[in-house]
Amino acid sequence: MQDSFFFPVPNSTFAPTVDGLFYLILGISAFFFIAIMGLMVFFMIKYRRIDGVEPESSPGHNTALELTWSIIPVLIVIGIFGWGFTGYVDMRSPPDDAYEINVTASTWAWDFRYSTGAPSKELHIPVNTPVKLIMQSQDVLHSLFVPAFRVKQDVVPGRYSGLWFQAKEPGSFDLFCAEYCGKQHSDMITKVIVHNTDPANTNLNDNPNFETWLADASDPIKDNEPLYESGKRITEILACTQCHTADGSKKVGPSFKGTFGTQQKLSNGKMITVDENYIRQSILDPTSQIRDGFKTPMPSFKGRIKDEWIDAVIAYFKHLKKE
Amino acid sequence: MATTAMPAQQESDSNSQSNYLTCSKGFKSWAFTLDHKRIGIMYLVATMSSMFLGGALALILRAEHWTPGATLPLAKIQQALASLIPSFTAVTTEALTDHDVYNQLFTLHGAIMVFLFIIPSIPAALGNFVLPIMLGAKDVAFPRMNLGSFYLWIIGFLFLITAILTTGLDTGWTFYTPYSTNTTQTSVIAATMGAFILGFSSIFTGLNFIVTIHTMRPPGMTWFRMPLFLWSLYATAIIQVLATPVLGITLLLLAAERAFGLGIFDPKLGGDPVLFQHFFWFYSHPAVYIMILPAMGIISELMSTFSRKPIFGYRFIAFSSMAIALLGFLVWGHHMFTSGQSELVTIIFSALTFSVSIPSAIKVFNWLATMYKGSISLATPMCYALSFMFLFTIGGLTGLFLGALATDIHLHDTYFIVAHFHYVMMGGTLVAFIGGLFYWWPKMTGYMYNEFWGQISALIVFVAFNLTFFPQFVMGSRGMPRRYYNYLPEFQTYHVLSTIGAFMLGFGLALAAGVLITSLFTKRKAPANPWGSATLEWQCSSPPPLANFNETPTVGDPYDMQSVVWDPETESFVNRKPEQQDE
Repeated sequence: MQDSFFFPVPNSTFAPTVDGLFYLILGISAFFFIAIMGLMVFFMIKYRRIDGVEPESSPGHNTALELTWSIIPVLIVIGIFGWGFTGYVDMRSPPDDAYEINVTASTWAWDFRYSTGAPSKELHIPVNTPVKLIMQSQDVLHSLFVPAFRVKQDVVPGRYSGLWFQAKEPGSFDLFCAEYCGKQHSDMITKVIVHNTDPANTNLNDNPNFETWLADASDPIKDNEPLYESGKRITEILACTQCHTADGSKKVGPSFKGTFGTQQKLSNGKMITVDENYIRQSILDPTSQIRDGFKTPMPSFKGRIKDEWIDAVIAYFKHLKKE
Repeated sequence: MATTAMPAQQESDSNSQSNYLTCSKGFKSWAFTLDHKRIGIMYLVATMSSMFLGGALALILRAEHWTPGATLPLAKIQQALASLIPSFTAVTTEALTDHDVYNQLFTLHGAIMVFLFIIPSIPAALGNFVLPIMLGAKDVAFPRMNLGSFYLWIIGFLFLITAILTTGLDTGWTFYTPYSTNTTQTSVIAATMGAFILGFSSIFTGLNFIVTIHTMRPPGMTWFRMPLFLWSLYATAIIQVLATPVLGITLLLLAAERAFGLGIFDPKLGGDPVLFQHFFWFYSHPAVYIMILPAMGIISELMSTFSRKPIFGYRFIAFSSMAIALLGFLVWGHHMFTSGQSELVTIIFSALTFSVSIPSAIKVFNWLATMYKGSISLATPMCYALSFMFLFTIGGLTGLFLGALATDIHLHDTYFIVAHFHYVMMGGTLVAFIGGLFYWWPKMTGYMYNEFWGQISALIVFVAFNLTFFPQFVMGSRGMPRRYYNYLPEFQTYHVLSTIGAFMLGFGLALAAGVLITSLFTKRKAPANPWGSATLEWQCSSPPPLANFNETPTVGDPYDMQSVVWDPETESFVNRKPEQQDE
């Protein structure tokens, strides 16, 4: 797989259609453009104004010629439409056996969920397998765009949007939000990790197959580590770190560090103590208790976070207080 | 009432020396003028100022993209500017970040360029000035409504500026819901009211032009003797009158939703955000033709005049303007191929979109055929017209990639789109506008500009434009999304090229403005007909008298270039004598 002048690496079954049509239109366009510009420059030189010489008269119109240059473009665009149409129908016809992944977009992070309940902030998919995304938005419009796959679909709040594709090669590829969604729109980018399906690759640290990755991701709380480490991992997987830091500095939201146990003022003027209940409520119903000085609302994680994971996050808060 | 410029008062003391600029003096004579030429000049100053403001914002945006991360301390600059205006700090409670300032900059660049500059530029500035004279009329049908349209523009401008100076606007010029209704903290309502009022300004202009063309054509000025610029303004006016009210309704609903939580567009209240996109583009796609049709009209005039040839296929061009106006109403859904509208609707819109490409292609072929066997002068307006041919052809052809479904899914909302519409809107409309301005400048001001520097400005604008926007096609198809403050390092080369081009382009446009403004001080007198055009506005003196014509003009074929000949004595083209007597 190689990128070309106009395209990144083509890595889906749609890519040959899209690139083929693109280069066909480019060829037709280049032909007409060079013909028009060539004639224009030729006329500019051949018929340049010479003082005192009036132009010889030529017909003011020519119906046959004008019909010709109206009808030929009509035929060409019908052909282009047809190719674009069939390519589009393929993009909108996912196979019945496609592997389904739920996607929740919120300002400004992606949350991918698998049938096992595994959460991920990157999109992990198996190679050579049709994958269907069932997407919803927590807040405003977003759009999932993977240039290497040549696919894009807006994610609209209040309804499910679908998107499917089939990757051809394992590797890591860019995934962008393509519909403007506010302040950090340009940071709403992540990766698509295309995993191999080779049963022999079971080492998590070395090119694992999709099943191995999924089994590991399905439970972010690991038995062989302190709970706060799991909590830290959960804040990364759920992309909390997009808006909250762990070093005490302010981002879109307050930092995790140095807050637990402190007294804080809310935007309605009330004072509260940052305790277990405050953290839990702020995760499940963030707009109910907004800290003073922070305006941008946080999306709710209700239904997207398990109780044990909240416990781990609280443990992480307490750990950061000690540091 | 101090209507000092009432035509009746002025006509009595007009003599051969008096023209519309010298017939009365003082602020009131301009502020209360009903003369379409003075209103056109005021519109010209107003829209050009907006263009330079929007252009300055564009240069800040381009400079910011010099590096993938933060390049300029945007938030600090904004704070420094804000501290100069006491009202600003009072409203803003949360300090803005660089991200916020960037988002506001691209929103304001878009809103200013679309609503304050491109839509009014050619019709309200150049159209206002030349339409009645080209037609052989004394003024537009409703001079008071014409002045009213200008004041509505001023009020709309003030609303937009208020939005900027209080809490800004960061929705993009498209105001997409639900971000605009329930999320952003910026002044959406003030800005939508501004756009709403500017819409009425546009409707007033359109209505005036339709009625003027229907009712005020003098004897002999049949529909098919009208210059093609008038056909294009007529087609434009129909869109302005029919499409703009839909924008008005949409923006009112948006403001009401934001203020009272109506629940039309917000899914949390049971609304549909995609409905907003349908409403918005039902206006804003035809608005694209409000922007480009008048430009096409200018090119028809320039191609014919500077080739000294009748325009080739007059009727095909005239009908293609009307076809574009009609078909332009049926293609709005092509802005929404990835939005989640139904597949069937998407396919129908794709097919209809291709139909609108045909009339535009016909025009390009006709302009080219006009040059055939001509006597082609490379005067400044023609340099801009030829530049238009190059840029508009690229803009039009790249539309094919976007009308085709399979490719649009990939290219939508990337820099490919940004490049495409800048090739059409800036390479098309703005370049034609400057060409038209250089063409009619001697008529408007009575002075000739420096031809050499005019041509140099056209060359710089042409080269710089391509350097700015061609790399954007490539980075767009390689996956660079639009409206991104940060970007991945792999796109930096394209961004740097684009930024260099943008600053050269800014210089080229400033040079063009400088050439024109300098002519006001060098005061080299313009003849009545410096270019050898056969349309009526060149039969009156430069600048025209208040009533446009001291004698009733003879209406002939607007493209019979052989009817005018160069007269070395007056250094002007004059009507060929024997033919004059025949009529």
